[in-house]
Amino acid sequence: MRKIAIYGKGGIGKSTTTQNTVAALAEMGKNMMVVGCDPKADSTRLLLNGLAQKTVLDTLRTEGEDLDLDDVVKIGFKGTRCVESGGPEPGVGCAGRGIITSINLLEQLGAFDVQYKLDYTFYDVLGDVVCGGFAMPIRDGKAEEIYIVCSGEMMAMYAANNICKGIMKFAEAGSVRLGGLICNSRKVDRESELIGALAERLGTQMIHFVPRDNMVQRAEINKKTVIDFDPTVNQADEYRKLAKAIEGNKMFIIPKPLEIAELEKLLMEFGIAD
Amino acid sequence: MADITERPSVENFKEEVLRSYPPKIAKKRAKQIIINKVENQEEVPVIQANTRTIPGIITMRGCAYAGCKGVVLGPTRDILQITHGPVGCGFYSWLTRRNQTKPESLSDTNFMTYAMSTDLQEDEIIFGGEKKLRAAIDEAVALFHPRAIGIFATCPVGLIGDDVHAVARAMEEKYPDINIFGFSCEGYKGVSQSAGHHVANNKVFTDVVGLSDKAREGRFRVNILGEYNIGGDAFEIERIVADCGITLHSTFSGNSTYEEFSSAHTADLNVVMCHRSINYLAGMMETRYGIPWFKVNFVGAGATSKSLLKIANYFEDPALIKKTEEVIAREMEEVAKVRDDVKSRCQGKTAMLYVGGSRAHHYQDLLKEIGMTILSAGYEFAHRDDYEGRKIMSSIVVDADSRNIEELTVEPDPERYKPRVTPEERARREAEGFAFSDYRGMMPEMDNQTLVIDDCNHYELEELIDRYHPDLVCAGIKEKYVVQKHGIPMKQLHSYDYMGPFAGYRGAINFYREIDRLLNSNVFKFARAPWDENPQIHASYGFNG
Repeated sequence: MRKIAIYGKGGIGKSTTTQNTVAALAEMGKNMMVVGCDPKADSTRLLLNGLAQKTVLDTLRTEGEDLDLDDVVKIGFKGTRCVESGGPEPGVGCAGRGIITSINLLEQLGAFDVQYKLDYTFYDVLGDVVCGGFAMPIRDGKAEEIYIVCSGEMMAMYAANNICKGIMKFAEAGSVRLGGLICNSRKVDRESELIGALAERLGTQMIHFVPRDNMVQRAEINKKTVIDFDPTVNQADEYRKLAKAIEGNKMFIIPKPLEIAELEKLLMEFGIAD
Repeated sequence: MADITERPSVENFKEEVLRSYPPKIAKKRAKQIIINKVENQEEVPVIQANTRTIPGIITMRGCAYAGCKGVVLGPTRDILQITHGPVGCGFYSWLTRRNQTKPESLSDTNFMTYAMSTDLQEDEIIFGGEKKLRAAIDEAVALFHPRAIGIFATCPVGLIGDDVHAVARAMEEKYPDINIFGFSCEGYKGVSQSAGHHVANNKVFTDVVGLSDKAREGRFRVNILGEYNIGGDAFEIERIVADCGITLHSTFSGNSTYEEFSSAHTADLNVVMCHRSINYLAGMMETRYGIPWFKVNFVGAGATSKSLLKIANYFEDPALIKKTEEVIAREMEEVAKVRDDVKSRCQGKTAMLYVGGSRAHHYQDLLKEIGMTILSAGYEFAHRDDYEGRKIMSSIVVDADSRNIEELTVEPDPERYKPRVTPEERARREAEGFAFSDYRGMMPEMDNQTLVIDDCNHYELEELIDRYHPDLVCAGIKEKYVVQKHGIPMKQLHSYDYMGPFAGYRGAINFYREIDRLLNSNVFKFARAPWDENPQIHASYGFNG
């Protein structure tokens, strides 16, 4: 089983990209699992067609110790096993601790057992690696491959670089590696080249450039992934390409994060050149 | 153990101990290990204190929560105290200092026999614990309907951002007849428990002192600050001051009540025992209400007599002074008998003390009374003024760690500010040699060439024991068994090891006898440690592979 975590700046489209990619892999006949690590619990909505799911932590609260795996795992698009960690309402408690508790519990309950013949588990993680809790999926080999969703916007690149610092820290002690950057286009000038250059500096690759397409939003409004909503459109092929690239990826590295000055220089080279 | 005839030089000790540290740490510790030198009776070397402990060093210090809840507020019997946190913090701060209290009647409120905690679980850490805290307060009110509730924040509460003050305000609206207040005393605040003392002082001053103007009857009304009634110390002090004719308004906080705190500003004088933990309150009460304060010490028979006389002299009442002198004479008769007997067996024996922010100083008096020599002493959490005296306070550099703890700006109370001693009067008395707002510090009263060690740690303690073979070590529970395993008697001065009182005259007698028993029973000579015969222990893991 390949264990993949998707990180990236808040609002960059991690959940959308994850679910669309998972849908493409599922379409290829892979056995998929998605673990949402965001207190908002919206990481599996498109795969479950909007089905409101009880989160692990909510179930833990209401059911106490008598928690059953079936209470928290829901089957979505083409048999994808979907779990949401859940967490506190904004501004209360500790969401990071929630993720730690939730992932440990899933392991204890055997959510990743061989009987499920999982080919992939995807962790969709909230925002930046702000604290220890959000680093949980990349600690202790919970996830071994990281993909960072970013765009050509400065803050997204800044966040990607920051996440690389987190990966570097844990990579040295464990097995986690960076698999590449996924550029989720914001239609910034020369975006593909810019992210390509950033990836190169980090020592990795831009594994795919996902163009901006309103089809994604239309599918989302219908609570579906693009492949589920209309498998014939061009954007569906884009996600299939991304899925294939991940499937065939052999480039797993320990990233070399950039100094801030270096990062800004990169932006100057590509951003203001025209 | 062979008699040590020659003591290793303190200069060598310092040099050799520092040699084991990495250079940066050695540089820091060099400023905290000081060879004492007293000049002109009060000038002593500068010591670094109240700075961060170096991570990795096994410190003797405690945490801010321990200082706030464990030390300052813990001994009060009718403020219902709820520890907001996992259950261990509440449980292990519950009566471990052996603070005693004496309710006036069977129906009198006493919460000290209860450990109250919100017992936070992982669930509350994730989703927030404020709801559970509110429920705990509801439960406490339903069970006891106390006059006041104190909420104490622990480390995890600070990390997840639970706002104990907001909960206190909201619950006070719900229960308007109950005074509910929170303490931001998360364990990690500050560099030691000292931060917790300050947090406690501030809240008690803003939320409790001054709420009731009900003054106590009596001519010479005194508050004793910084006496926590460990092993019944406060009871003994109460007995003596009552015999002298002094009216004790309140003790902060041994054997105390909420009512006594809230009307403490009506007293005529504040005297301070533990300077470190409570000088803030003394200073703030002086500024707002005009109550002067000075330092006293009721540990040691001589120190007790001196302190009683100073209080009597403050009031300048001949009858009070005479009565006090009579009490001293009466008490000293019995004290002298026991002291001389014990002294005959303890004379010349040596001791080291690493404890507190005042205790390492106070207990030297007792030990010297039975002829013992102090080789070394140090505080866990004191500031420079506790070592060098308050005269150096203006030269203390306030660092970022101290700035983290709120410093209240206090103004005179527009109606209730009433200087007990006018400025002219005070000037006259100071000219006559009467010291107000004073503390000379520990170092001026220690011998030259003694080692003064701030925030001593276990490595240094073991080096001290190995090199100086003291006859007695006084410290806390974390040091107790380490010391005893060296075959050296150890006395805990945080909890008194199931004994007490040690304050006042009867306390002095108890202490002399206890030290006599410890030093002269030779019990350790009968014990053979397994490693004396087999210095190496072999073991293997219990699992295969």
